[in-house]
Amino acid sequence: MTTTMAIKVTVNGETRVADVEPRTLLVHWLREDLALTGTHIGCDTSQCGACVVHVDGRAVKSCTMFAAQADGCAVTTIEGLGAADALHAVQDGFWEEHGLQCGFCTPGMIMTAAELLARNPDPSEAEIRHALEGNLCRCTGYHNIVRAIQHAAKGATA
Amino acid sequence: MITTEFSYQKAGSVDEALRLLAAAPDSALLAGGHSLIPSMKLRVTAASALVDISGVAALKGVSRAGDTFRIGASTTHRDVAESADLRSGSPLLAEVAGVIGDPAVRNRGTIGGSLAHADPAADYPAAIIALGAQIEVAGTSGSRTIAADDFFTGTFETAVAAGEMITAVTVPAATGVAYEKFVHPASGYAVVGVAAVVTVAGGTISSLRVGVTGAGPQALRLTGLESALAGKTADDATLRSACSGLVAAGDLVGDHQASAAYRASLVDTLARRAIARAAARG
Ligand SMILES: Cc1cc2nc3c(=O)[nH]c(=O)nc-3n(C[C@H](O)[C@H](O)[C@H](O)COP(=O)(O)OP(=O)(O)OC[C@H]3O[C@@H](n4cnc5c(N)ncnc54)[C@H](O)[C@@H]3O)c2cc1C
Ligand code: FES
Ligand code: FES
Repeated sequence: MTTTMAIKVTVNGETRVADVEPRTLLVHWLREDLALTGTHIGCDTSQCGACVVHVDGRAVKSCTMFAAQADGCAVTTIEGLGAADALHAVQDGFWEEHGLQCGFCTPGMIMTAAELLARNPDPSEAEIRHALEGNLCRCTGYHNIVRAIQHAAKGATA
Repeated sequence: MITTEFSYQKAGSVDEALRLLAAAPDSALLAGGHSLIPSMKLRVTAASALVDISGVAALKGVSRAGDTFRIGASTTHRDVAESADLRSGSPLLAEVAGVIGDPAVRNRGTIGGSLAHADPAADYPAAIIALGAQIEVAGTSGSRTIAADDFFTGTFETAVAAGEMITAVTVPAATGVAYEKFVHPASGYAVVGVAAVVTVAGGTISSLRVGVTGAGPQALRLTGLESALAGKTADDATLRSACSGLVAAGDLVGDHQASAAYRASLVDTLARRAIARAAARG
């Protein structure tokens, strides 16, 4: 028999209570139980970063964390970062600088970049590239993603 | 991928963690989960019970007592990298932590988990050896301290016994330090990494310790090089001649990432660069 455990997590500002199997990955709980499918799964090896969300303000790979570990934490997904009529500065940067092609990597890229700018509002290009080491993009070649983040940083420091 | 089933408990203290660990067969500690969860997802590893120690307050953070720095086992790579105490008084671990994986890995992964996992390509082991760190371990029958030189016993193997856990790492103050990592472009791990801790007195090397990761089946110390350079100046010509043929390719790992001969050559080059940079600071 599978035993479940009760968890209480604040997701995008809303308190969510659930019974989960201990082995439920945070990304599966977000996508399958909460229908927050903006967080993607791009690999089985914790390497691609498509699943990055913020847990208590820190960027984490939600495929490499059990939902049970998020009990008592505040989680922000791409859905909670900005609103359609009030984009987050990084989302706006991706829009302005054409920072995506297929868009699969984009939610993770944006969540990683948002954490970077929260810590370091005026990063150098090298710092931006270093911060993106855990996020893979198979389309853009990264240049426009870096420009998108530079655009967001300019807006943030202006 | 989904792991096999297990029970999950959060420990509130070291004693509780040790008790929970002993209570179930095939139990395992869960710290940052960044080695354990990927291998459980691939079903290379299975555990019947996970004991989460990431919330044990006594295992987190960096403290300083005189010239000794103590890093709790569950301190994340990010918190080690950003520790102002370490950055000013013993920056090697902080600099090494800053080049582990990527920001998300550093936000979750911990020093205790990395040392316990003992991946032969992990970054911390080189620094732990070069610093002559002490690893504090607790078990149900008490605590003990393991010297870095005795800690790594094989590939993914350490001197930590079943039922024991790492509680902290202590390192001395040292500013003549450097870590040179040749990054594997796909995995981010070290193909080879060399850490050096140097003291220069009156223009010559008065103490030197060098740790190497990635090259062999486990992290190793270059004691021959350390004694060869004792009392010498750290100039380029001296370092070039000393850092030549440091390890025999026959003793190293060769795989699709890098041949054993290439790794041996990297050890020479990175040792020279690490010692030169460390000496310039120390
Ligand atoms: C994409 C990716 C890239 C990475 N790149 C690098 C890299 O470049 N360099 C590098 O060095 N590492 C790298 N890592 C590994 C990372 O540093 C891990 O965080 C680390 O190896 C394990 O630490 P953890 O806290 O996550 O441990 P966990 O995964 O929680 O545990 C690992 C093992 O240690 C045991 N354990 C945990 N804590 C203790 C303790 N206190 N006492 C005794 N046993 C304990 C666990 O039971 C388990 O067997 C990478 C990982 C990923 C996913
Ligand atoms: S899905 Fe690839 S890192 Fe999480
Ligand atoms: S835009 Fe397609 S993977 Fe990045």
